[in-house]
Amino acid sequence: MSTLLDDTTTPGTAGTPAPAKKGPRDGAFGNARALACRECGHEVELGPSYACPECFGPLEVAYDFPAVTREEIAAGPRNIWRYKALLPVPTDIEQSPNTEPGFTRLLEAKNLARELGIDRLWVKDDSTNPTNSFKDRVVACALSAARELDAKVFACPSTGNLANAVAAAGARAGIPTVVFIPSNLETPKKVNSAVFTEKLVAVDGNYDDVNKLASEIAGEEEGWAFVNVNVRPFYAEGSKTLGYEIAEQLGWRLPDQIVIPVASGSQLTKVDKAFQELIKLGLVEDKPYKVYGAQAAGCSPVSVAYKAGTDAIRPVKPDTIAKSLAIGNPADGIYVLDVCRRTGGAVEDITDDEVRDAIVLLARTEGIFTETAGGTTVGVLKKLVESGQLDTSLETVVINTGHGLKTLDAISDRVGPVATIAPTYDAFAASGIV
Amino acid sequence: MSVSVRIPTILRTYTGGESEVSAEGDTLAAVLDDLDASYAGIRARILDDAGALRRFVNVYVGNDDVRFLEDLATPTPDGVQISVIPAVAGG
Repeated sequence: MSTLLDDTTTPGTAGTPAPAKKGPRDGAFGNARALACRECGHEVELGPSYACPECFGPLEVAYDFPAVTREEIAAGPRNIWRYKALLPVPTDIEQSPNTEPGFTRLLEAKNLARELGIDRLWVKDDSTNPTNSFKDRVVACALSAARELDAKVFACPSTGNLANAVAAAGARAGIPTVVFIPSNLETPKKVNSAVFTEKLVAVDGNYDDVNKLASEIAGEEEGWAFVNVNVRPFYAEGSKTLGYEIAEQLGWRLPDQIVIPVASGSQLTKVDKAFQELIKLGLVEDKPYKVYGAQAAGCSPVSVAYKAGTDAIRPVKPDTIAKSLAIGNPADGIYVLDVCRRTGGAVEDITDDEVRDAIVLLARTEGIFTETAGGTTVGVLKKLVESGQLDTSLETVVINTGHGLKTLDAISDRVGPVATIAPTYDAFAASGIV
Repeated sequence: MSVSVRIPTILRTYTGGESEVSAEGDTLAAVLDDLDASYAGIRARILDDAGALRRFVNVYVGNDDVRFLEDLATPTPDGVQISVIPAVAGG
């Protein structure tokens, strides 16, 4: 069993002799059995691997699940660890300091449903997670893997949500973090990460450049756990908890339809994986459901491929305000196509103006301030209804991935004071506000 | 044209553990041919049976993804660094 630990060099310190190497403890990854290639099925042992040595395909966690009951889950904590038997984490995961994300609210959105002409609609609101995005879920699973592999540094390349989540989780866990960002990021995003970590590294380049650098560092530095690189299989499993929670909060049943944003495509495929696991485990009734993917037009390689009826996803250079969705070469894009086509859903994209409109629409109908990725998802939901691609008589869930305070710049010129008046009743009366 | 090629961890079994090796060639295709002459079998890990870049591997010439350039026909000037990197999800 390989581990991350070959030396104990940490950023900014001289290397010290490494203790005797040892593998992860028994049960380090719970009911996980191996890492299996999604492309060719080749299996490797559980460890800091993410690409298949045979075909470069993505490695995913494979399990031997025991019987799991609704009652056991319901008796668990009100966070993602209630599903620990279905995640690659040890049974004592709750004993290790972490941000305890998840079990966020599932709000029935009656006003938005009425506005869009949908019979029943829910918003799964992940903006209430510890660092205000769904990334806290995936990072918590990555953190567990990093711990079990004895990582000395917890790291990521990111433009926003992931950086916040990694830096905060590392602080809580007492593990040094290094977060890499493009140097031209807006100040609020830099502050949102730098407040949690001493080592925010700005890279001269765009997000793809930062991602490439992270991959290269992960290949060279021992003891570094890059959440979305060398511990990515464990990290990605965290998104399954969105699917588990939606089913449990609906009274242990699957929604008829769900709309999910697509960046790398990982979240969408993992929600589908969660639904399939719940069916196999007998925790929900086996019934049809449709999965829809949402992209912004300025970075829509998966939507373009879906509409063209092809599996060939052509990478693009992103140009959209939905920066957290701006991955031009989405690693899981092909699997998004598989899921959406298999379930009878679709992939759709909308313009940046439509993203902004949808942010305001959700805020003014349901009191939820969503980030640009959530605006993309709500806007795509609207477009799917208008184009007849989504059945308005079926129960529908839309995922809000994060909080609008993260992407204020996208909306700050669209909303503001309706009037500026003198502090007198006469001025108010003359203003025509009422 | 002599170039340096950065080798990802999962392919270092071919290069005897070396993370960076030298190769010759004026296009990416030629460089991969030369690489395979030195490290037999490595090309088939980067290209599929049809001879195209595998879906889940990104190759950079300098800082640019060859999919945005000329793919396997991308010129490889003397001294340029080529990086072979597994495709990674973002965040």
